[in-house]
Amino acid sequence: MTTQSEAVPTTVSAAPTEQPLLEVTNLRKYFPVKSSGLVRRTIAQVQAVDGVSFQVPAGTSLGLVGESGCGKSTTGRLITRLLDPTSGSMKFEGHEIGNLSPKQMLPYRKEIQMIFQDPYSSLNPRHTVGTIVGTPLRVHKVVPEKQVLNRVRELLEVVGLNPEHYNRYPSEFSGGQRQRIGIARALALQPKLLVADEPVSALDVSIQAQVVNLLTDLQKEFGVAFLFIAHDLAVVRHFCPEVAVMYLGKIVEIADRETLYNRPHHPYTQALLSAVPDVKQAAVGGRRERIRLEGDVPSPVNPPSGCRFRTRCWMAKDICAKQEPPLLQIGPKHKVACHFAGEYGAMPTSPITLNVLGVDQEGTPVAGATPSAEDLNEPGFADTWTDVETLKGNSAPMATSLPSDSRPASEVGSEDRGTRS
Amino acid sequence: MTDFLTDQQHAGQPTPAPGGEDFLVVENLSVQFPTHDGLVKAVNDLSYSVKMGETLGIVGESGSGKSVSSMAVLGLHDIKRSRLTGSIRVDGKEIIGASEQTLRKIRGNEVAMIFQDPLTALHPFYSVGAQIGEAYRIHHDVSKSKARAKAIEMLDRVGIPQAKSRVDDYPHQFSGGMRQRAMIAMALVNDPKLIIADEPTTALDVTVQAQILDLLQELQRDFRSAIIIITHDLGVVAEMADEVLVMYAGRAVEQGPTRELLTHPEMPYTWGLLSSMPDVTASTDARLVPIPGNPPSLLNPPTGCPFHPRCPHVDKVPGDLCRTELPEFLPGQRGTHHLKRCHLVNPDDIYATEVLPEIAPDLVELTLADNADVAHGDGMHGER
Repeated sequence: MTTQSEAVPTTVSAAPTEQPLLEVTNLRKYFPVKSSGLVRRTIAQVQAVDGVSFQVPAGTSLGLVGESGCGKSTTGRLITRLLDPTSGSMKFEGHEIGNLSPKQMLPYRKEIQMIFQDPYSSLNPRHTVGTIVGTPLRVHKVVPEKQVLNRVRELLEVVGLNPEHYNRYPSEFSGGQRQRIGIARALALQPKLLVADEPVSALDVSIQAQVVNLLTDLQKEFGVAFLFIAHDLAVVRHFCPEVAVMYLGKIVEIADRETLYNRPHHPYTQALLSAVPDVKQAAVGGRRERIRLEGDVPSPVNPPSGCRFRTRCWMAKDICAKQEPPLLQIGPKHKVACHFAGEYGAMPTSPITLNVLGVDQEGTPVAGATPSAEDLNEPGFADTWTDVETLKGNSAPMATSLPSDSRPASEVGSEDRGTRS
Repeated sequence: MTDFLTDQQHAGQPTPAPGGEDFLVVENLSVQFPTHDGLVKAVNDLSYSVKMGETLGIVGESGSGKSVSSMAVLGLHDIKRSRLTGSIRVDGKEIIGASEQTLRKIRGNEVAMIFQDPLTALHPFYSVGAQIGEAYRIHHDVSKSKARAKAIEMLDRVGIPQAKSRVDDYPHQFSGGMRQRAMIAMALVNDPKLIIADEPTTALDVTVQAQILDLLQELQRDFRSAIIIITHDLGVVAEMADEVLVMYAGRAVEQGPTRELLTHPEMPYTWGLLSSMPDVTASTDARLVPIPGNPPSLLNPPTGCPFHPRCPHVDKVPGDLCRTELPEFLPGQRGTHHLKRCHLVNPDDIYATEVLPEIAPDLVELTLADNADVAHGDGMHGER
């Protein structure tokens, strides 16, 4: 059994038994592709989000990173119910919100608000700031009409704007100030969860830091939980104690930030981190050593079989095309979906997922083996996890002498599990 | 790339780069736009030069004049609606005041531009191949089929798979990274000697950005062209440029060799840029240090140093100098190659003792030692 030396980050305030604020299980969103012509039949599905599971504990932040088209924004829009999920469950404080009608959804909209990416298109140019920030208050009737204006002023002050500017129009503000208006609107109903979809990427560098600091302060003051969607890895690292990496509609790695940024185990995360240009490189000169990924992200209409990253992965083997890697927990707060998960340069040579999937080296199912992969798409982290080191040792002899199906599945499970110390 | 850096950064005086002569010389360039609200002074008294085979990075926020100044190099400003003064010489030819005919010969031929957003810069009604071919046929008297062959060759060169079949695709059929590659192919079709890349990777994801930057460097090696890369990402500059120019409110505020400028910045605005960017390795408990306030309006720029309303170090300058007098663009303590526009007397000490501990405490010792070296020496940086 392993004893985990790394301290589990204490940033997660909720006790493990307490239910998370938001729990998403196996969330899917397929957009239909219609044929042209009179009868518009559905000819294909864009698998924008394909079975993601995660938890957002109260008062903390989960970062969602990935390249454009990976489904991170769609996930955010599903949670705010701007889009209806194809399948899967979303539980907000234990209540299922995935299948509610708009009317039933109304009370929850108060609790889940959104900050949009583009402060130029997300504010109505014909409304004054007072109307924009006050509308949520009027719609939900949280304060009497007479007090709306006072509340608006308060909110403007909270986000660092002059409270007397409620009568101005968005065009009179700069980009950073507009984003503050958007944040004030999102805060108006005192939500428990804010979905921030690229909140700083449209802003200038010097302004980005102002807005990130504002969001940090708001979280401290009001205890709002964030689902922070961004493609800027440095900003996400700064803001979120827990980060999930998405690729083509799936979460490929999810971990606390120390683990994810210092010891990423998925090849895609490693490539992503190594591609970030670094100012410190100036002291060395030239380009930083990095992992080169070939080609583009495949189309989500027709994603590759097995592992979706295999077409660009330098580690890809036969098994990657045949078996989809499950999101396997390999540390106290670390899940990764890769057959060959390991630190860069020290990745195992044989798949670590054989026991879980009940397959052999080439990915063909082994007769008699009991795959235990079905229950792996649970949100959150379990108390026990599969230890990568142990598995590496086991899978080697399994390939050569020991027939893998000769060991009872229960024994395999018990031996390969680490326990939280 | 590394050989460029070492070649170029050895001495204080810019040594002749592999290409030799300055290809582009911009001198005292000012661009002003008369508007209903008054005169917008977009670029003021800007001077820089780029040699063949060299990369200049221009850094600044939106509205700092970085795009306006580089559009002037291509003669893209409508002379009826703008006032340009100063001099821009491309390979010895004056651009300001040149006839449209002369400009047309230079555009796309000697100087090409890669725009930020390939979706708006490419025409949606024409196939990618037709657009690349058009750019080629304007400067070369060849048949359509030859131009098409050239388009295929260029698409292949910039790494578009199955260029032969993709040449007839429309821009919307390409992915973001491929569109940017097509733009680069179009810019390079006439073997330009100077490429101006205006935020070439801002619209792209990090892995694709890395691919595009690789491509630009590779093409620079092959064609020995000069590159001006305009960006707000200091990381991109650190990895790509030989020389950096920082712009603020239409003026150059700091200029120097990349390594020198990014390890020993001497201007508070550059410090602000460096400290407001989160780093993938920095401590996460530390707060970001934003630059307070907003970029100034160019209609009514602040008096004195344009940065003084946002500068946290104003009180370190005696008297009212920052508010009343525009600092000159002069070499600082670190040699003639590193210019800055700031009244601060000892910026290196302030940077090492006040700014650096907050953004990169591990580098303080090193920088202090370095500063001491310079103080004892002749102001030149010998060993690098």
